[in-house]
Amino acid sequence: MRIALFITCFNDALFPDVGQAVVRVLRRLGHEVEFPAAQTCCGQMHFNSGYRDACIPLVDGFTAAFAGYDAIVTPSPSCAAMVRHHHATLAASDAATRAHPDLQDRVAAVTPRVYELTEFLVDVLGLTDVGASFPHTVAFHRTCHSVRLLGIGDRPERLLAAVDGLTLSPVPRADQCCGFGGTFAVKNADTSIAMGDDKVADILSTGAEVLTAADTSCLMHIGGLLSRSGSPMRVMHLAEILAGPGPEARR
Amino acid sequence: MTGKVPADAPARRAEVLARIAAALVDRPASSAVPRDYQHRLPDHVDVLDLFAERVADYRSTVHRTDAAGLAATVAAAIADRGIRRLVVPGGIPEGWLAACPAERIGDDPPLSVEELDGIDGTITGCAVAIAETGTFVLDAGSGQGRRVLSLLPDRLICVVTADQVVGTVPEALARLEPARPQTWVSGPSATSDIELERIEGVHGPRILDVVLVDRPG
Amino acid sequence: MTVPAEPVPPIHATTRRPLPTFRGTPPFPEAARTALADPQLRANLRRATTTIRDKRSRVVAEREDWEQLRLAGAAIKDEVLRDLPALLERLERAVVAAGGVVHWARDAADANAIVIEVARAHGTTEVVKVKSMTTQEIELNEALAIEGIDVWETDLAEMIVQLGHDLPSHILVPAIHRNRTEIRDIFRDEMGKVGRPAPADLTDDPKQLAEAARRHLREKFLRARVAVSGGNFAVAETGTIAVVESEGNGRMCLTLPDVLITVLGIEKLVPTWRDLEVFLQLLPRSATAERMNPYTSMWTGVTPGDGPQEFHLVLLDNGRTDVLSDQVGRQALRCIRCSACLNVCPVYERTGGRAYGSPYPGPIGAILTPQLRGIAHHPVDKQTASLPFASSLCGACFDACPVRIDIPEVLVHLRAQVVEHAARSHRIPTPEAGSMAAAGWVLQTARRLGRAERLASLGGRVVGRRGAIGRLPAPGWAGAWLRRRDLRTPARESFRAWWRRTGGRDDAR
Repeated sequence: MRIALFITCFNDALFPDVGQAVVRVLRRLGHEVEFPAAQTCCGQMHFNSGYRDACIPLVDGFTAAFAGYDAIVTPSPSCAAMVRHHHATLAASDAATRAHPDLQDRVAAVTPRVYELTEFLVDVLGLTDVGASFPHTVAFHRTCHSVRLLGIGDRPERLLAAVDGLTLSPVPRADQCCGFGGTFAVKNADTSIAMGDDKVADILSTGAEVLTAADTSCLMHIGGLLSRSGSPMRVMHLAEILAGPGPEARR
Repeated sequence: MTGKVPADAPARRAEVLARIAAALVDRPASSAVPRDYQHRLPDHVDVLDLFAERVADYRSTVHRTDAAGLAATVAAAIADRGIRRLVVPGGIPEGWLAACPAERIGDDPPLSVEELDGIDGTITGCAVAIAETGTFVLDAGSGQGRRVLSLLPDRLICVVTADQVVGTVPEALARLEPARPQTWVSGPSATSDIELERIEGVHGPRILDVVLVDRPG
Repeated sequence: MTVPAEPVPPIHATTRRPLPTFRGTPPFPEAARTALADPQLRANLRRATTTIRDKRSRVVAEREDWEQLRLAGAAIKDEVLRDLPALLERLERAVVAAGGVVHWARDAADANAIVIEVARAHGTTEVVKVKSMTTQEIELNEALAIEGIDVWETDLAEMIVQLGHDLPSHILVPAIHRNRTEIRDIFRDEMGKVGRPAPADLTDDPKQLAEAARRHLREKFLRARVAVSGGNFAVAETGTIAVVESEGNGRMCLTLPDVLITVLGIEKLVPTWRDLEVFLQLLPRSATAERMNPYTSMWTGVTPGDGPQEFHLVLLDNGRTDVLSDQVGRQALRCIRCSACLNVCPVYERTGGRAYGSPYPGPIGAILTPQLRGIAHHPVDKQTASLPFASSLCGACFDACPVRIDIPEVLVHLRAQVVEHAARSHRIPTPEAGSMAAAGWVLQTARRLGRAERLASLGGRVVGRRGAIGRLPAPGWAGAWLRRRDLRTPARESFRAWWRRTGGRDDAR
């Protein structure tokens, strides 16, 4: 099985540790991972902000970079959802202009092979225990796109529950959005922060040592609030916990 | 008919219809409506039990009786609610009120709203009742009368017979005649307008008794 | 109708107070800031939305066929939109055959003129009104006030809003932003100015408040000659109109007066009598979280000897055909005004409804208001253009919608329309469009991205401390982020640089 890592532009620039953790987990499970160097971005920020035309070259670039792999694994549910739900529509809207030949066919070939990390581990590899150990109490934040757009359900919780020494501490009002929302976080900063403050209060009420989620974007928002308030709670991507003990705390 | 139609009415009508036609120029695709939702309750459900339970959930009072006990049950409900003057729509079977302790007031000639507003209570039959939702439907038929009779007096007693109770909303609609004015009643008047908490009793009857007449034996 | 050339605020004939208006609401981020600063409002909203969310989850979970009902509801509404001309004509024939009069209104002015004409023909100086979103949309109360006709809102929450000289903030519970104590004060101070006063010893017990409303409105119901309502559903096949309510104020308005005028959006149809079986199950569970609402009234034209003996149905466009013309946006016309999307929306929960500057707040308002104001066809004002961005795209609204309106999809679609209007009307791109274009250019090739990452990393090291950028006065989006949140600095070495250096083999830690 040829596995490609789709790191996402956001993690590439801001959270390379997350990509390294994904590589480590998969390698420990006996799988080689390649990093197609031509990859850049799935187009989500442009798409969700209304800049649809700017997305089409990115869709084109995505299909070119990831053509020929059996599985394309990403540590971002929100980017996986963008590819799965919108690349085909964008390619179809481009079909009339013929600006990018065969784009629809290429999207149709690549898209079904894109997996969010927990989907790949649980559904493709059939695992919940990845052999990690993490002796801490952990609060897990269910990101909206992972649950509502991608439908990954409780896969992350099942993976976390199998980690040696880890105690999951349930977050109240877990279905509530943290308020990140991409450019919403800056265009409607006051509302975003109000939502984030409530989320932080719910997370702190768990008394957990570590906050984790399957997506770094929400964690950056919640972590930014925690960091500013001087909270000692550590913030880690799920992959960093699955990769084993000892990763750096991140904000 | 007093309300006269303004002069440009035909032009306005034509313009709205033309705008709609223009908006639909892409001819949206047609697809069948999937109707695989529940139409009937499972056979093992006792619709009378369920109806009684669901009506009670709305904090109205359910009295179960049979044909033999009906007059006494109605009389007791009238007495318990302190109804001294009772509106009796045309067509109410005489047997229901055989023991009625209240003064009966008919609606022929029609009562004025002021008169109705001064009366304690009303008794009514119904057209159909729905177990799943605890609803009974008035359709101004025999034993029910005008819609306003069940609206202004503060206490309402509705007699529902076993053969009138269906399981579901689809079954009820199939039994009803669309042209008749209808009032679907599910519990007493209520509101959730203050802090989204349900409280019973605003403009409609605040006290609701449902007398459910079981099948014999 | 004579309308003053310079718009003056309409005055309520009895209270002599100007009627409040949504006009002049600032763009959403600014309006939200005001709302967020009101702790009482936030507490009221949180309490109310939490209550209704839990109740709705319970009654929806009770139905194993909920998804099938949603699919049927969406399909029936799509059929309505597809066959709208024929269905409207069918409805018209059925209503006329049953003794009603049907009017067609292109816009708010048409509809208001029709209502005024009917009211005047009966020489009335007041009308009682059933809660109706459509008449709020057309500002009927304002139009009637200019003609010296008083409107009495009879729904409890609408009455609280009206007595409080306030604006509604929720589709179903317009006074959701008020708690019981505030309501008590409004009743005590205002009821006496327009009719029967509240009892002197009124407390904030909701039962007492409801009793005060009952007594206050009873005299108005008994003397009213003309009523105005909206409608939840109109059955094209039979000409039947349905109004779904709880309190009985609807029944009062629909049965006591001599004349009834119903103002109905053209999308409110269902094709057949049978189709009600879907919506009478979807609506109460989604709206008030009940198996069934206390009262549903249905009538077909005029019934001799029972209820109003004159019935007018006003079919209203007012921008709906603009919505219909948009192939993605038209799904907003499926809406049955249940407000489940408001109740689950995390943005609405914080800001309340008035921040949306329209009678239609919350997620559905964010997609309906801009479309009704013509966003598909021409640039819109700043407030309207801000609405599609008033969402974190969390998707809770779509999950809750009983007719499966994909609100996030429409929001993103409308955002694109805002961006396209801006591109067409600005010769120089807006700062946002400029940044997006630059980002798009950078992201087109891995080489450009790699270079940008190295630059960003250097920049981050200049302003950051220990891997994070803290409080820092910065313009634009950076400033908006940093006001309350630290920002992670770009990594010293990006993932792609690390991979190029190590081939992905450097995991010695």
